[in-house]
Amino acid sequence: MGKTLFDKIWDAHIVESIDGGQDIIYIDRHYIHEVTSPQAFDGLKERNLPVFRPNKTIATADHNVPTLNQHLPIKEELSRFQVEKLTENCKNFGVELYGLGHKLQGIVHVIGPELGMTRPGMTIVCGDSHTSTHGAFGCLAFGIGTSQVEHVFASQTLMLSRPKTMRITVNGKLQKGVGAKDIILYIIANLTAAGGTGYFVEYAGDTIRSLSMEGRMTVCNMSIEMGARGGHVGVDQTTIDYVEGKEHAPKGENWNKAVTYWNTLHSDIDAKFDKEYTFDAEDISPMITYGTNPGMGIKIDNPIPSELLNASEQKSLDYMGFDANESLLGKKIQHVFIGSCTNARIEDLREVAAFVKGKQKADHVSVMVVPGSKMVEAKAKAEGLNEIFEAAGMEIREPGCSACLGMNEDKIPSGEYCVSTSNRNFEGRQGQGARTILASPLTAAAAAIYGEIRDIRSLI
Amino acid sequence: MKIEKINILNTTAVPLPMEDIDTDQIIPARFLKALTKEGFGDNLFRDWRYDRNDQTIENFVLNNSKYAGQILVAGKNFGCGSSREHAAWALNDYGFKAVISSFFADIFKGNALNNGLLPIQVNTDDLNFIFTKIEENNNTKLSINLEDQTLSIGEWQRSFDINPYKKMCLLNGYSDLDFLLSKREKIEEFETKQLIY
Ligand code: SF4
Repeated sequence: MGKTLFDKIWDAHIVESIDGGQDIIYIDRHYIHEVTSPQAFDGLKERNLPVFRPNKTIATADHNVPTLNQHLPIKEELSRFQVEKLTENCKNFGVELYGLGHKLQGIVHVIGPELGMTRPGMTIVCGDSHTSTHGAFGCLAFGIGTSQVEHVFASQTLMLSRPKTMRITVNGKLQKGVGAKDIILYIIANLTAAGGTGYFVEYAGDTIRSLSMEGRMTVCNMSIEMGARGGHVGVDQTTIDYVEGKEHAPKGENWNKAVTYWNTLHSDIDAKFDKEYTFDAEDISPMITYGTNPGMGIKIDNPIPSELLNASEQKSLDYMGFDANESLLGKKIQHVFIGSCTNARIEDLREVAAFVKGKQKADHVSVMVVPGSKMVEAKAKAEGLNEIFEAAGMEIREPGCSACLGMNEDKIPSGEYCVSTSNRNFEGRQGQGARTILASPLTAAAAAIYGEIRDIRSLI
Repeated sequence: MKIEKINILNTTAVPLPMEDIDTDQIIPARFLKALTKEGFGDNLFRDWRYDRNDQTIENFVLNNSKYAGQILVAGKNFGCGSSREHAAWALNDYGFKAVISSFFADIFKGNALNNGLLPIQVNTDDLNFIFTKIEENNNTKLSINLEDQTLSIGEWQRSFDINPYKKMCLLNGYSDLDFLLSKREKIEEFETKQLIY
């Protein structure tokens, strides 16, 4: 029987299989950030251990950083301590840091791929659930807890049990105005927020193949939102073209060897998955969420479902201030956030800019555009996107996680609606009491201009 | 960190029958700025326990003096969302030693096991049974025996699954790290053979 992509990579990284169904898996790339690493570094200090392979770990500061005046010291004391602690730990343990002020700083899941540090066939971990993003490159990438961050520091390995495999195939042509974010919101709405738990997902089919690397990253990014351990896409020419020439990509003879190997990184035709789903691209509409978990998504022109609300769902609607059966089209919103590791890459900003060019944001809406990295920021500037955003009355910030998580200074006020290109609509995720509506960059751009939820298909 | 050994629990439980409780609710992001693992218990379920003016929300179960104990019983898909291990630290720090649900998110489950917090998965009927028992009598005692892998309330008893390796770790207070460090030679040997680009 043929092998799945998952099995190929997993098997190539088993250091040892032990009794009790666990494997010791070697980790090729370890990304860290300021929030989930300090206790892991402390663990090393307690045991008097070094970082075993410091050159396989890359650090950045992203969650806690302000997105205004990054050249000044961080005002909020605890955030500043955490970022300073990261700097100190990286220095003491010999880990390379793309910290605040570095010309390549950015959200960890944005900078890894753009620097070519994420490459096909790798095992990649980070103390962050959206590590699944890197699966777009045909990697085995997943989020871990802080104890495991310490394990990787100390041994470059993890003790893991093999998840089950799931394939989600999407075939067909997407409607105008429908993109990668809509695909993944649609999948999650169908499978629910727990539908992928226990599984590692492979995204397949001609619709997925037709996506750019940025689009594939958006899809893989949100694998965790259906509970999956991770998600990935087999390697093809799109993958290889993206990696070629990146700063850390192999060069010369190594490049040729790498490409030969990478071209084997897809599931064999006769590979068997533990679970399979197939969706038709034409059925996917622009999607939005109406509740407080990412599985609570609907086609933008559908009403909020009313069948059999349980207590959790009712609590969720109450929090959002929505009613069952209500349509969200025409719903007034107060904020638009374009950013996060899901949708803050250059392609996302280009898409938004193309739509808002020559238009003005609605008066009552505040709009924040937060590039995912310094590199994205520089490209946006060079391409003249900033002028378009400014002319439309949208505010451009400096790179970071920003209003994705209500940890740094960027927060949405209580009770107000934010159409957000991020990945989580949990209660309070964007600030205490904030009401998050997840959507694609295009749907968010339309909300910015019209000040309400609109169907992008009628606007382009 | 030293992991506390666990084997037998015999305690009342706190019922929280909500589904899809994510780690942002267990411990909101604004409390993740600490540099140590201690003290997160005060902010466990912060925004469900206290309102924006820091006033106690009386009808939330942790504020209801009727309910206490070392076990939290919660609805399905507990611990979904962010990978923050702070969620497990907060539950531990508050005094919970086990969480019972019909379904756990993967990363949370791993984090819990790495911190000596026992995640026990039961089927939906059994979960409802436990909720009903606690509702009928808030002094209902639940017993967990890790060695035997059993959960019981009086005569009622169920066995639960746990990875044998993890069970061994919990019973002895071992962490993965002790094991991984002992494999150094194997790891170095693997590195010499590995093809990576
Ligand atoms: S952008 Fe949001 S989801 Fe992504 S790493 Fe930052 S906080 Fe996490």
